[in-house]
Parts: sequence; structure tokens; C-alpha cells
Amino acid sequence: MEKAKKNQWEPKIIAFLCNWCSYAGADLAGVSRYQYPPSIRIVRVPCSGRVSANMILDALRSGADGVLVSGCHPGDCHYISGNLYARRRFALLERFLEFIGIEPGRVNFSWVSASEGEQFAKVAQEVTERVRRLGPARKLVKEIDSCPA
Amino acid sequence: MSSVNEKIAGKIRSIASSLLESGEVAAFLGYTTGSLPGMMQPYVARDAKEAENLSWSSFCVINLANYLPALLKSFEPPRRPNEPPPEGPLPKVGVVATGCWSRNMVVQIQENQIDRNRVVIVGISSRGMVDRRKVQRFVGNREILSMEEQANFLVVKGKDFEEKINRWDVVRDNCKTCTHPDPVIYDELVGGLSGKRDIPDRFRQVDEIEALDIEERWKWFQEEISSCIRCYACRNVCPLCYCPTCFVDDSRPQWVGKSIDRVDTALFHILRAYHCAGRCTDCGSCESVCPMGIRMRLFTKKLQKDVLELYGFEPGLDVETPLPLSTYKVDDPEDFIITNIKKGDKK
Repeated sequence: MEKAKKNQWEPKIIAFLCNWCSYAGADLAGVSRYQYPPSIRIVRVPCSGRVSANMILDALRSGADGVLVSGCHPGDCHYISGNLYARRRFALLERFLEFIGIEPGRVNFSWVSASEGEQFAKVAQEVTERVRRLGPARKLVKEIDSCPA
Repeated sequence: MSSVNEKIAGKIRSIASSLLESGEVAAFLGYTTGSLPGMMQPYVARDAKEAENLSWSSFCVINLANYLPALLKSFEPPRRPNEPPPEGPLPKVGVVATGCWSRNMVVQIQENQIDRNRVVIVGISSRGMVDRRKVQRFVGNREILSMEEQANFLVVKGKDFEEKINRWDVVRDNCKTCTHPDPVIYDELVGGLSGKRDIPDRFRQVDEIEALDIEERWKWFQEEISSCIRCYACRNVCPLCYCPTCFVDDSRPQWVGKSIDRVDTALFHILRAYHCAGRCTDCGSCESVCPMGIRMRLFTKKLQKDVLELYGFEPGLDVETPLPLSTYKVDDPEDFIITNIKKGDKK
């Protein structure tokens, strides 16, 4: 890494990847030697339908600068329709978080299949770029001094 | 009390006492007069004599659907969690329902919380319930000793004042934007129906906030919830909240901390509202019972707006249409998915 970049702030991003598509896609990205920023921390989940709002908010509370949830493309879900239920939930959550003032780009959703290693690397770059532009997350991070008086 | 309410109350009493007398229902859930002016109290009448205590006014702000699942369960013989219900008919319960309450009952039927065959619903078309806080503000926070309801006016009396207030001026915000004042399901009807109301700008309060920029919205959200004391009154009064263990009480993992830390409070309000997505009928109970006057109804209203926009769904209108988050369409909107955005603009 170049010296100038050494002190640059790197975002921490929690990625919830579904076991059957996106996790395998991330694996393929690694095996195929695609470069992507080291900001992603992967949590493997059985299906994007397993990811609840609780988990996304918990990641933000614990200090994540961004969250990525990725699953199979619609129609490709290992459990037939888990990602289609998830899609509705995420659409509402995304809009709601924006409504209360959480910047769009903190919480991201994508579809990546097991054969799209390059696509995963692109998504990781895109999400990192978005979060980097927003800067460190402060709003929902629980800190010792966030308690009033 | 106005003659309108007196008439309704009289009919509720006679229906309730005949239902209880004939043994058709084991209990009747309604309202009785509370101990303070402008306070009504949910009340369960268990015999015809108790039915005489039932009453009705413009201050019935708590959604009675909230009590139904537990009340029905109290008449079932005790059984283990996975044991099937006993054979044969179980005792019924009578209940009073306005538009939004009946819609919540529809949601509860869809979610298998109540059995339609076990409830006798006495429908009333709602005229809009009065916001006690608005009345209080109207009289400059002076102590109110009595409140008398006339057809379109409230006469508020205190120690050395008497004010006549136009009723519609102090009706709750959610009732002002209500499109379905009539009960959706009912077995008996008290009074007439008033039909569907058409309100073109019913999401105005939400639109106003959406027009703010992102930092202003965050400021608004923080300010709105800053006084929250986490008493969970809004959760306890909500007819949609019936989980045996609420997410706020989970300890492994602990999604929401117990303190009044601003982040914990924010997470509580985000998740509470989010749990009501596609199910909330905007009955306004949460806001009415909040001791701190937090307008948390705006959060659920936003979700209601999005559900209508994205999926064209309004909760509680009929039992057959599945709830939006328990179903899907292949072509649901997904413009927020980043891999789609990239496909969209090929630059």
C-alpha cells in the first residue's frame, strides 16, 4: 500500500451473505484473485431471508460504518422464495431508515450469484466507496457517553 | 354527555346484557367511565349486571383489539404450548369495535391470534376520538374538573373557567386523516354507517418530514424521541404486539439495551415501528397513551405510506388478502438493490 494512503480511514462494513449464492460468490472472488477493498467483514447466513432488521441495526450499533446484505438473484433462492420475502422487508427498512435520517448508503442490498465472483468484487468496491464518502458512522453507534447526563 | 353518545352507550348496554344473559358470550369487552374527566377505561363485563357499567364517549382512545387474544385465552382450559386446542366450541367474547379496531381484529384473525367464530363484534362508526392533550392545551393547561360532550362541542369546566370547544378542533390527528371510520367486520351494528371518507392529503404529516433534508430529519427524530422514558406503554397498548417475548426483553442477543441511552431509545423506536409495517391501521393508541407526548404515530404512518406505495396494500380491510410481508410478487420494486442500479446506468 502506498504511504499516503496508510493513514486514510478505512470503513468497517458488515456483510451478511447468504450461504448458497453470495457467500460462494465472495469465495469465487477470492479464488479468482479479484481485488476488492479489505473493509468487508463477512457473516454467513443461511438465506437473505434470515437477515432481520434487528441484525442490521445491531451491526450499526456495534460500530459498523456500513452494512451489506446480499442474497441470491430473485428466482434463484435455495429456499425458493426467501429472498423475495426479504426484498419486501429490505425495501421498507431502507426507506424507513432514510426517513429518520440515516444516510442512504449505510445499509446496502445486492444480489450476487455463486458464479459472479467479479460482480462480488464490484459490489464490495461500490459499497466501500459509498460508505467512505459518508465517513464514519456516528448516529446509531452506542458509546459510553451517548447516555444523557 | 351528548345524546349521541348516550344513545350509543344505551344500545351497547342492551346488546351486551342480552348477549351475557342468553349465555352466548362469556364476557363483553367495552368501555366504562374512568375516574377523571375525559378518561375512559377498558372494561370487561362478565354478567348482565356488570353490563350496566358499560359506557361510550369521544375519549375511548385505547384499541380494544389489544385485549382480545388474552381475554379469549383466559376462557380456554390451560394447556401446554404445542398442545392443540380442546375439541368442541369454546366460550365466546363480545367486543365493541370502531373502524380501526375492527381492522386490527382482521389482522389478528389473519395472524391466528383470534378466532372469528369466538368473537361477537358490535360495530360502531367512529366519529373520531378526542385528544386529551389538545383539550388540555386549549384551556391553557388549567385543571379540568368536568367535561361535557354535546353533538359538536365540548364544554370544559374548571375551577373558575368554562370553555366551549369545537369538537373537531381537538380530535386526534389520526382520526382526522381516517379513511375507514366504519367497522370492517361486525355482527351487530350500533348507529348508522358513515361510509368511506376520502382524504387526499392524509399523509401530509409524513410528507412534511420527507421534505426536510437528511440531517434535519435526523434532528427531528432525535428530538421527537429524546423525552422517551422507555415505559413501553406504546408497545403494551398496541394490538399488534403479542409476542410472548418482545425483542426489547431479549437478552441473548440483547438487541436493545435497557438504559435510556439515546441509541437504545432510537433502536427501540425504529424496531417497534418496523414491526408494525403492513399491519398498523393507524388507530393512534400508542400516541394517546404516551406519557411524554411522543408522536411515534408518524413513524408507523411513514411505513403505512410506503406499504401503500410499493405494494398497494392497506391492512385490515379483508381477511382474504395476505399481509404484505407474508407474501411477495415476482416483480416487486427493487430499485434499491445496488446490483440493479449498476445494471440500469451503463456508463
